[in-house]
Amino acid sequence: MFRLILKRLLLLIPVLIGVTFLVFAILSLAPGDPVLVVLGDNATEEAAEAMRSELGLDKPFLERYVNYIWDLLHGDFGKSYKTKLSVSDQILSRFPNTILLALSSMLIALLFGIPLGILSAKKQYTLLDNVASVGGLISVSMPNFWLGLLLVILFALKLRWLPSQGMSEGTGPMLKSLILPAVTLGTGIMATIMRMTRSSVLETMRQDYVSTARAKGISESQVTTGHMLKNALIPIITSAGLQFGHLLGGSMLTETVFSWPGVGRYMLDAIKTKDTPAVLGSVILMSVSFSVVNLLVDILYAFVDPRIKSQYKKHGKKSALRAKKQEA
Amino acid sequence: MKKAQNMPYQSRTLGAEAWYRFKKNKLALGALAIFIFLALMAITTIIIDLVTNNSFYDKYVISQDLLQRLQPPSKEHVLGMDEFGRDILLRIIWGTRYSLFMGAFAVLGASVLGGIIGAVAGYYNMMDTILMRIMDVFLAIPTTLLAVAIVAATGPSLVNVVLAIAISQTPTFARVIRAQVLTIKDQEFIEAARSAGASDARIIFRYIVPNALSPMIVQVTMGMASAILSIAGLSFIGMGIQAPMPEWGAMLSNARSYIRDAWHITVMPGAAIMITILILNIIGDGLRDALDPRMKN
Repeated sequence: MFRLILKRLLLLIPVLIGVTFLVFAILSLAPGDPVLVVLGDNATEEAAEAMRSELGLDKPFLERYVNYIWDLLHGDFGKSYKTKLSVSDQILSRFPNTILLALSSMLIALLFGIPLGILSAKKQYTLLDNVASVGGLISVSMPNFWLGLLLVILFALKLRWLPSQGMSEGTGPMLKSLILPAVTLGTGIMATIMRMTRSSVLETMRQDYVSTARAKGISESQVTTGHMLKNALIPIITSAGLQFGHLLGGSMLTETVFSWPGVGRYMLDAIKTKDTPAVLGSVILMSVSFSVVNLLVDILYAFVDPRIKSQYKKHGKKSALRAKKQEA
Repeated sequence: MKKAQNMPYQSRTLGAEAWYRFKKNKLALGALAIFIFLALMAITTIIIDLVTNNSFYDKYVISQDLLQRLQPPSKEHVLGMDEFGRDILLRIIWGTRYSLFMGAFAVLGASVLGGIIGAVAGYYNMMDTILMRIMDVFLAIPTTLLAVAIVAATGPSLVNVVLAIAISQTPTFARVIRAQVLTIKDQEFIEAARSAGASDARIIFRYIVPNALSPMIVQVTMGMASAILSIAGLSFIGMGIQAPMPEWGAMLSNARSYIRDAWHITVMPGAAIMITILILNIIGDGLRDALDPRMKN
């Protein structure tokens, strides 16, 4: 098990190098001179030159990349062109907000998605199942920035129950301002998890060990949680984990709708002012956390399913990964 | 099964067989009908613009009438008027082209590029590691984020948005095709073709690709849904289609400023996006069941 984790960690390194390189390349090769963005169009040629060498922009691309990574490894994301503040401080002060939002959305999604999925599987083809299926399909198809706006109209503007935007001070008001964005992000994921739970439980319901458990006289609720859900959990965990990764890297639209002070909104603001170091830092932070979450899901996967763990032991990593991929 | 025994044996091609099963799914069939209607509608608006030399577009879709601004839905204007007094229904109809055709082009690009990468990676072991590691890097960046980064670098324009979405979806297609090629290439009919002297290119395009098509078709439908979502999302944050063009996400973006004054200008364009994605999801589910009955539970 330890070797597996170590191996996966080592495999993450080239991916991370690749990600940082890709993002750096995309944003560095962008047309437009960042120096002119900072100084304005009326800048003299000498001032621009001085600025360029100060920012290190006169060096070749690869050298700039290596320097950037070197600073990054020391926790330095560079300075914002616009505000001259350290990007690391800016991002790291906002990252907890993004994580908080992601965790709360996930909590909502799991809390409602899994029970609903089990219910619709156990009552397959009944009214409840049909309503849940249609509701799920609609929730998956809803752009979440639109859902956010609808919730604002209903709960903030018409009913005046909840604040429409921002993150309020103090625990109580803060939690209140968290509800709408978390529900917005959680709804689509809830639907995904519900659908996954439903099909996964339907599959395990037909297994022989479930009949055996029933025949032994175990209560229905115990069969559901102990035999069905436990075995149905693996695809659910994978899907939830992947969704969580997406939440860390893709909640910028919802953050914008609710003016939630997270990394996503910081990045979008930075894009508008062509503040490359800020954009670069945000994209890299989000991509790296996305990769790390995916890795954790992979490891968790092996922990939850003894079958996968034994496969690792028997044939090594490759066959286990292959088996997992086929399953997915 | 009983019916089949009584009937004389009829052979069907894969496509005919899939269509036969797809037809039985009334929901999916209905969704397909709506989708075709939307596509025809989009084409019609383009023809109208070409024939009238944009005069209809300029007069009704773009031009402002401030006296009528923010009017709620009524008999004359079923979905109401927007913040500049333009008919929302007309704007939504005229906006269909962006979602449908840009989405289609993005998915086409992603499927061709991803298809080639996936086929090469699956067929040649040597290339597999290199190509798939590169794809892993792309997959390590969330799709929307990658699209946003590309548009941020290249600037918002129709072509850049399509390109950004195509690139961000390419790895998914590459993965799907690669997995298919890996399972197909060891089968006997491929060996037979090879022993008959077929070239690699012929084996890939004549024997492997047609057999790998089913999951590809499903992925195209699903990819189109997510492409439409991305286009709307990019426009919503001002990085896609710009106002006054009637793109649905851009309409939502403008509506946001008037959210306190009029609910309908926020609700309608979003509903258009949702319905389009919903029917694509239904079609995708139906196609998956029809093309691969084993997947159905």
